[in-house]
Order: sequence, then C-alpha cells, then structure tokens
Amino acid sequence: MLLRRQLSLAIRRPIEIGNPLVFFAIVVAMFPLGIGPASEQLAMIAPGAIWIIALLSSLLTSDSVFRSDFDDGSLEQLLLAPQPLYLSVLAYLCAHWIVTGLLLALVSPVFALMLNLPAAAVGTLVVSLALGTAVLSLVGGIGAALTVGLKRGGMLISLLILPLYIPVLIFGTAAVQAAVSGSPAGPFLALLGAMLSLAIALGPLATAAGLRISIDA
Amino acid sequence: MFSRIGAAQKGLYNHAVMWSFFHKLGSPPWLYDIAGSILRWLLPVTIMALLVGAVWGLLFTSPDFRQGNSYRIIYIHVPSAVVALAGYYVMAIAGAVSLIWRMKMADVAMKAAAPIGAALTFIALFTGALWGKPTWGTWWEWDARITSMLILLFLYLGVVALYEAFDNKEAAGRACAILSLVGMVNIPIIYKSVDWWYSLHQPASIKFSGESAIDSSMLYPLLLMIGAFYALFTCCLLMNMRAELVQRESRTAWVRKLVKQDGAH
Amino acid sequence: MTDSAVGELLAEVTDLGLVRGGRVLFESLSFAIRAGELWQLGGGNGAGKTSLLRILAGLSRYGFDGWVSRAEVPLYVGHQAAVKGLLSARENLSWHVSGGCVFPDEQIEQALQRVGLCGFEDTPSHALSAGQQRRVNLARLFLSDTRLWLLDEPFTAIDADGVSELQDRIAAHVAHGGAVVVTSHQPLHVDHAVHHLSLDGARIP
Repeated sequence: MLLRRQLSLAIRRPIEIGNPLVFFAIVVAMFPLGIGPASEQLAMIAPGAIWIIALLSSLLTSDSVFRSDFDDGSLEQLLLAPQPLYLSVLAYLCAHWIVTGLLLALVSPVFALMLNLPAAAVGTLVVSLALGTAVLSLVGGIGAALTVGLKRGGMLISLLILPLYIPVLIFGTAAVQAAVSGSPAGPFLALLGAMLSLAIALGPLATAAGLRISIDA
Repeated sequence: MFSRIGAAQKGLYNHAVMWSFFHKLGSPPWLYDIAGSILRWLLPVTIMALLVGAVWGLLFTSPDFRQGNSYRIIYIHVPSAVVALAGYYVMAIAGAVSLIWRMKMADVAMKAAAPIGAALTFIALFTGALWGKPTWGTWWEWDARITSMLILLFLYLGVVALYEAFDNKEAAGRACAILSLVGMVNIPIIYKSVDWWYSLHQPASIKFSGESAIDSSMLYPLLLMIGAFYALFTCCLLMNMRAELVQRESRTAWVRKLVKQDGAH
Repeated sequence: MTDSAVGELLAEVTDLGLVRGGRVLFESLSFAIRAGELWQLGGGNGAGKTSLLRILAGLSRYGFDGWVSRAEVPLYVGHQAAVKGLLSARENLSWHVSGGCVFPDEQIEQALQRVGLCGFEDTPSHALSAGQQRRVNLARLFLSDTRLWLLDEPFTAIDADGVSELQDRIAAHVAHGGAVVVTSHQPLHVDHAVHHLSLDGARIP
C-alpha cells in the first residue's frame, strides 16, 4: 500500500522521474566533449562512466526520499504506524529504486550505444545496473534518514554515502567489463546479488533507526 | 542551586543504579578521575615506548638492501595505519554500546575517537606518499592498501561531518553511532572489493615486499612502535574524553568544583 | 457522564523530567491516563506541551528522565497536517502512512463529510486551504479505532463550527471508553470531566 502511495506520488510529478534521466543523458554527453569523440576511447571508459553517473543520480535523488514526508509531518505518522517500520522503509526505498534505478537500467542501452559500448555487453549492463542501483537505493536510504532532519543535507549525504557505494561500483563495472572482454559476467552479478541481499537485510534497519533519531532531534 | 542541577542530571544515570559498575562507568566524575589516573602512568609509558621504538628503529636497525634507509618510515607508517583501522572499530563498538545501553560515556568515547582516527589515517596516507616517492618514484599510486586507507579517511570524515551537522548533540551521537556501525559492516566488504579490484588491474612494475620477508631485527622495533601507537591512541582518546566530559557537564557541580580547585592551585 | 469508574490503564508516566537548553521544563511528573479520561495540557508557549505529547506518543525516545509506558500505539495529531499535496483528500486518508489497514470508501466519505469536506473528496490537496488540509488530517479521528488519542493543538486554523464538531467527537470518544490528551489554549466545552495538567507550575524561573 505504501509502495502504491509512493509510486503514485512520483507519477503525479513526472518531472521528478524525468530529472535523473535527463541528468544521466547530459553527463553522458559530457564525456565525449571532455575526452574527445574517438570511439575506442569512449568504449574503454563506457562501463565506468555509466556506472559513476548511475551512482551520482541515485545519490542526488536519495536525498529526497524522506524529505517531503519529514517536512509535512507524514514521517511522524509513519513512525507511529502499527506496521513494522522495517517494511515501510523497504517500501519507500523500493519505490525510489523503481523510479530511479530500474528506470535508469531500462534506458541505459541507449546511453551505452552513445558511448559506443559493444552491443554484447548491453544485456549485462542492464542487469548489473538493475541489481546495483537497488543496493544504492538501500544504502542511500541510510544517509537520507540520517540527514533528513538537517537543513543542508545534500552535500553531507554524499560524504556519508559515496564511500559505501564503492563495492557496488567495483563489481558493477567489473561485470560490464567482463562482458565486453567476452568472459563470463555471472560471478560479478552474483556478487552484486549477494550485496543486495545483505543490503535488504540490514539497510532498512539502519534507515529505520536513523529516521527515529532524525524525528527525535 | 546544587540540588536543582543534581535533580536535572540524576535521571540520566539513575536507571543504572543497580549495576554499580555500569553506574560508575556512567558517572562522569568517576570516569574523569579514572581517566586521569590512567593517563598519569600511561602517558609517560607511551612517550618512553615511542622514543625507544623510534630510536631503535631509526638508528639501530640495518638499512634495507633494496630500499636503503627510506624504508625506516614504516616505523610510523605501519603503526598509524594499523591503529587507524582499529580505531574505527573502537569508535563503532563504542557507538553500539551507547545505542544499546544508552550509556552516555560510550557516546563520549565514540565522539572522541573519530578525529584521532582521522588524523592517524591521514598520517598513514601522508607517510605512505613520502615513502612512495623514493621507493616507487611516485607520490601516489592506486594501490589496494592506499585506496582502502583513503576510503577509511572518507568514512572517518563522514562521521565527523555528521556529528558537526547536528545541533542536538545527543541526536548527533546516535546518528554517528549508526553511521559508524554501517561503516563497520562495510569496511570488510570495501577492503575485499578494493583488494580484488587491484588484483584485476595490477600494474606489473610495482610490488610490495611482503611483510613475511621482514627481518626480525626490523620486526621487533616495529612491533614496539605498533604497541606504542595503540597506547598513544588510548592516551589521546582519554584526553579527548576528559575534555569532552568537562565541556558537556560544564553546568554541573563537580566541574565547577574542579575549576575552583584548579584556580586555587 | 461516565465518571469515577476506574478505566483500563492506557498510558503511564513515572517521574518524568525534561531539560531543554539548560532549562528544566518539568520534573518528577507522574500521572496515569485511563480509558474514559480527557486530559488537557496547559501552559504558555515553550512550557513543554508538545515535547510532553511527543514523549507520550513515543516519538521522543531519548533526552528525558523517567519512564513512559503505553498499552498501545496512540493516534497522534501533530502541528503539521501530514497531508500530501499531490494526493486527493480521499487518497490521503486511504493511503495514510499510519494506516496499516485499508478503510472502505464509504467510511472515508462519511469521515470527510463530518469534517465538512463534502465535495472535496477528489480535489488534489494542494488546492485546499490550510484549514481544510488540517481537516483532512482530523478526519482520521472519525476513522480511527485507536483508544488513546494525543492531539496537539487540534483546533488551530479550524473555524468555530469545526471546533464544536471536533469537541463533540472528542467527548463521544471519551464516553465510549477512549482517552484523549489535548493541548489547547482554548477551554474545552465538553460535557465531560476534564483533567487539567498545567506545565507552568513545573517550570523553574
């Protein structure tokens, strides 16, 4: 039910969904402008570049997951709700993932082609992004929860959360690179899946605790 | 005046009355005193150990056959790196204790540990760069351990920044406790992934001389220095905690008494 | 009038004390809220009414002395309306974050009717006035089956008719075995015994 609420909130303001995608597109366009249009060069940096942009757009949006609810008092009600906070938080972050990470993963083939990523690796890119951004949403939720009570949380959240994103970045790019070079990407996707399970198990707990602190402060 | 403030303060600690040990640990004046008496002997011991270790390591060990004298920086580099990592765990465990048992003093310890750990991490990185220049011919190398230390520095800075961002210091303590616990869970994952990432991209030219190859004549002073750095960390932690305690409890009777005593001396 | 019969214990506060910014707001505060009781918290601005209510609700869990126990999760209405501008009044209620259970449509319509929002059910809430948004939130009082209500300034931005309707609702709830704690500067005009708790007395000048 909460998931449906969050999703319809997102859909009623489509610009919020569109923004990360446009951001993604703009930064992708920056790479050739900064590095040069040589296609081999672009193909070489493509996996890393796409993953770093995904990281940033997930980071930029995660700040807003709880903010509007904090501002209008809904968050207080959520904490008092009879259902376990763990599940509510999971629903919020799941909604966040669907409108940012999953959507990004689904449109990423377009950007992959723009950066001249070999077509063979596109499938792996989509799967790795879908798995990885879910971890990013869950980890980002912790930072969002801890900083939601602060007036200027935006910069702080990147300082808190970006170091924790590193394993996802490493294995996400590794998966794509493996696919580019023709070796099996399965192990890396499995590692991303393992991280996702860990993040599902522990992330919402930390997020819930963070929300209680932010409400209390 | 005394009784008013006493009444305001007492409740923070009185739920631990039954456990006298916990009660003592939760009592700022007691902790202040005990930290003082530990410091009284630990501080000289630390300074002695640092001096002996430094002199032994820098003057009385033979130069490395490949790196010459420049390797001697490990007597600062390795201990600070080891203790910096351990310091994060100290911070996170203190955070967990303050979250679970609501023990204020653990909160103080956590807050005190963060800047020390960040400083040690920075020293490790800095000495590493100094060492890298003559050895590898470069200040900075994206080596697995260096990268991990850099990430550790970011994690420490995150905790410090989060603490400073909160106006309500009690909430700040709890938020940092959660963040450091999250960091603690993540550190092994980050280390492993960075390790693995490095092995994938390993440049052929640079290789660490493994620690197993270290000669025992170099090892003993190194161990002494590691011990001394642990002691140094503890000293800094206790001193920071004392300062923090006095600041937090500045309104209470025992701190006022303390200030008066100091003024009388 | 249902009075004096001792109702079930819904919440209990023992030896509660709160210090904010070095100022003692209240200390050694002990009371029990039982079913069938109506409490009004009084005190000037900054006396700690909202803080006490948040402690009672379980939103504040640190930073105070003493113990609070609750029989169940209370219904808490705070200063903020907790109404999402992008959702209609109906959706705000049926998808309310503290819902847990889904209310049937007729019930929601009835509740909205009671707070005078008939005809606004499907208007996006950002088109409603501040008072109307508060009414959307207060409509929860007509839906809830929670026994303990904690209402922080529920009459703010509500017109006279709305206030009397609300007071009737509060009285009815108390008469049916609920308990209500209200912070309000205006006296309650209800046909029920009101326990007054003033926080001004507990304050240290």
